[in-house]
Amino acid sequence: MGRVVLVTGVAAPLGARAARRLVDDAGIERVVGVDVLPPRDDLGDVRFVRADIRNPVIAKVLAVEDVDTVVHMSVVAGAGRAGGRAAVKETNVIGTMQLLAACQRSSTVGNLVLKSSTAVYGSSAHDPGLFIEDMSPRQLPLTGYAKDSAEVESYVRGFSRRRPDVAVTVLRWADVLGAGIDSHDSQLGQYFGLPLVPTVLGFDPRLQLLHPDDGLAAVNRAVVAGQPGTYNVAGPGVLTLSQILRRLGRATVPVPAPGVGTVGQALRRATDLELSSDQVALLTHGRVVDTTALRDRFGYAPRWSTAATLEDFAEATGRGPLDARRIRSVEQRLVAAYAAARVPRGGTHDA
Amino acid sequence: MPDADIIPLGTRGRPGRGSRAASPSKAARSLAPPSRTRTRRSSAAPGDEGAPAADPPRRRRPRLVRPDDGPSGTAADQQAPAVPEDRTGDSRTVPAGTDASPDRTRDADTMDAHTRGTTQPDGAGPEGPAAAEDGAAKAEAAEPEAAEFEAAEFEAAEFEAAEFEAAEPEESDSEESWAGDAVTAALGFVRRRVTGDYEVDDFGFDADLTSAVTMRVLRPLAEKWFRIEVRGIENIPAEGGALLVSNHSGTLPLDALMTSLVVHDHAGRYLRALGADLVFTLPFVSELARKGGATLACGDDAERMLAGGELVGVWPEGFKGIGKPYRERYKLQRFGRGGFVSAAIKTGVPIVPCSVVGAEEIYPLIGNIPALAKLLKLPYVPVTPTFPLLGPLGLVPLPSKWVIEFGEPIRTDAYPDGAADDPMLVFNVKDQVRETIQQTLYTLLMHRAHIFY
Repeated sequence: MGRVVLVTGVAAPLGARAARRLVDDAGIERVVGVDVLPPRDDLGDVRFVRADIRNPVIAKVLAVEDVDTVVHMSVVAGAGRAGGRAAVKETNVIGTMQLLAACQRSSTVGNLVLKSSTAVYGSSAHDPGLFIEDMSPRQLPLTGYAKDSAEVESYVRGFSRRRPDVAVTVLRWADVLGAGIDSHDSQLGQYFGLPLVPTVLGFDPRLQLLHPDDGLAAVNRAVVAGQPGTYNVAGPGVLTLSQILRRLGRATVPVPAPGVGTVGQALRRATDLELSSDQVALLTHGRVVDTTALRDRFGYAPRWSTAATLEDFAEATGRGPLDARRIRSVEQRLVAAYAAARVPRGGTHDA
Repeated sequence: MPDADIIPLGTRGRPGRGSRAASPSKAARSLAPPSRTRTRRSSAAPGDEGAPAADPPRRRRPRLVRPDDGPSGTAADQQAPAVPEDRTGDSRTVPAGTDASPDRTRDADTMDAHTRGTTQPDGAGPEGPAAAEDGAAKAEAAEPEAAEFEAAEFEAAEFEAAEFEAAEPEESDSEESWAGDAVTAALGFVRRRVTGDYEVDDFGFDADLTSAVTMRVLRPLAEKWFRIEVRGIENIPAEGGALLVSNHSGTLPLDALMTSLVVHDHAGRYLRALGADLVFTLPFVSELARKGGATLACGDDAERMLAGGELVGVWPEGFKGIGKPYRERYKLQRFGRGGFVSAAIKTGVPIVPCSVVGAEEIYPLIGNIPALAKLLKLPYVPVTPTFPLLGPLGLVPLPSKWVIEFGEPIRTDAYPDGAADDPMLVFNVKDQVRETIQQTLYTLLMHRAHIFY
């Protein structure tokens, strides 16, 4: 068959892993990885091309390598190594536009797979309990990753109108959490790792997590099996933020909603965690998506539930001071002490 | 417009589907099968004040149909011993104005306990192994812990199980072992909460917290303060999706909370409320609402829940109903746009009309401060005889005597496909529901002796 796949964003761990997985697939002849930075991880048999998708050179790469499938993985959540927020937006939006322009010109490209995010649904008090793919956000995300994702998706929709012959698959990932996922791909891991986790007072959002293995398997399937459309990708089940932090044994400090912005700014200065307003909205109102279409139409059932994803993350990164094991042993001691105190009295009662 | 409310529509005085005066229609009977066991009610016994603490909250998770629900819940569910039916207590044939229901329900409960004791000598026995399994499952769930912890954990689980086994059979005669059980269960509950070892469903419903804390807090208010009398509880289907539609009143939505409690205690089901946008905007309120099983009142959520076999509650009057002045009490407001009817028709679930009498009098709304309401972005800032005057003391509701009556279910599954898109049909069903509730309210009011007793 001899398919040639181009993967963008291979300098980030997720992009690199996606490319490596595709190389291993028998039906794929060659995988070309593109990024503006050299990859940190070993790319194996992936052919790395150092190119910036923000300039027209990407069209040349497509032509020279005879690419038939483009996997766009470089819409990123956080600044990571790329610089400030402006640079991230530049890569996300302008990079996508340039890539799509190149794809539109190309006569070889027949498939486009976009890694998007459930952030496009926004997060507000007026949200339905679960989002399905054709729902629009109740409140348009105005900042950050959410806005970038929404814009990128709108450009991709425009592209698929102009090139109806190209099969477009949009995979809306829930927040990905796992070992080796840096702030580039999701901010949540870093947020959960704070020594004292700020939460929004009086709100306990419902969150859904995605294990990187499931996300990458979905990307793989989109390339190999080809089932065009838009799909939510998330682990089954829901956890509330308080539940997640308790399971991780983290200490929390509730901050009243008006003060969260200030805390976010302080965190931005102290760490590279960026609590932009779309993140704050997520941590206030939460977001849950329906994955029926993924299972029934797309044909992939995520193997990691939200709870299992969290457990895997906790195993890899360690737990906080309020460890469940410690609390369990305290409980056992209390129960034992109570039983010891009770036995003599129970005896006299029987006698 | 309001004049039309009081014209009875050919139901020969008695509200409901068809013209049967006292007994439910055949259609209604088929929707509410009489074979429902009432064992769960015993756990919610109104009489025993201290007892709830003894009740391991895990066992009181009746019908949460959730794919990832562990085996513990279902196992415990199946263990529930079948107890002979005793329906005389709260059937709709009881005339209005009789004794307060707590007494009757207490009788029923002692009767339940009695039958369990005689017909099944080791009725509590099966709970022991169930608890042991539960404990073991929990220990297994905490798999990735260090080996030395695991051993200790199994010991603890067995110890806990042994506690249950030892304690349960003598529950009735030895108060002391019962108290020990309570302490163990309470510690277990606290540990589960602190370590996040509980489940929430996709809508954020936390059954563990709801039955162990929320319901327990509300119960004295319902039984001691409002002395709620429940009628027609058999009209709530024992299982499957159903839409409960109720009138809304009382300035603060206590009627919704009380209806949830009554449904939980008497029908053994969780009522999943559909709340206004405001509920999910307010801090704390939104958190508690989601954990209590509520979700936003929109068609998508309602249909999803109904299709999932939940009992969904809706108060279509919304703020118009709950914030109406006292002089308009028991006059139903407009029933929204009928979205709830479309949801019921689309999913083919029955609509159970529910009429609440007594909630209008808890905070008689005599005025409003629109300027302050606008400032606080609230629909109204109430003025009651006590509220701004007595400060926080004004938040104590007046102890009116409540009656909650569930009417005969209105079937929606016989309509042809696409009926939900026929606005005329939707409006007709909406009016039927509204009329039923309005007529029931008038009937109940006619038989009410006094507001407070």
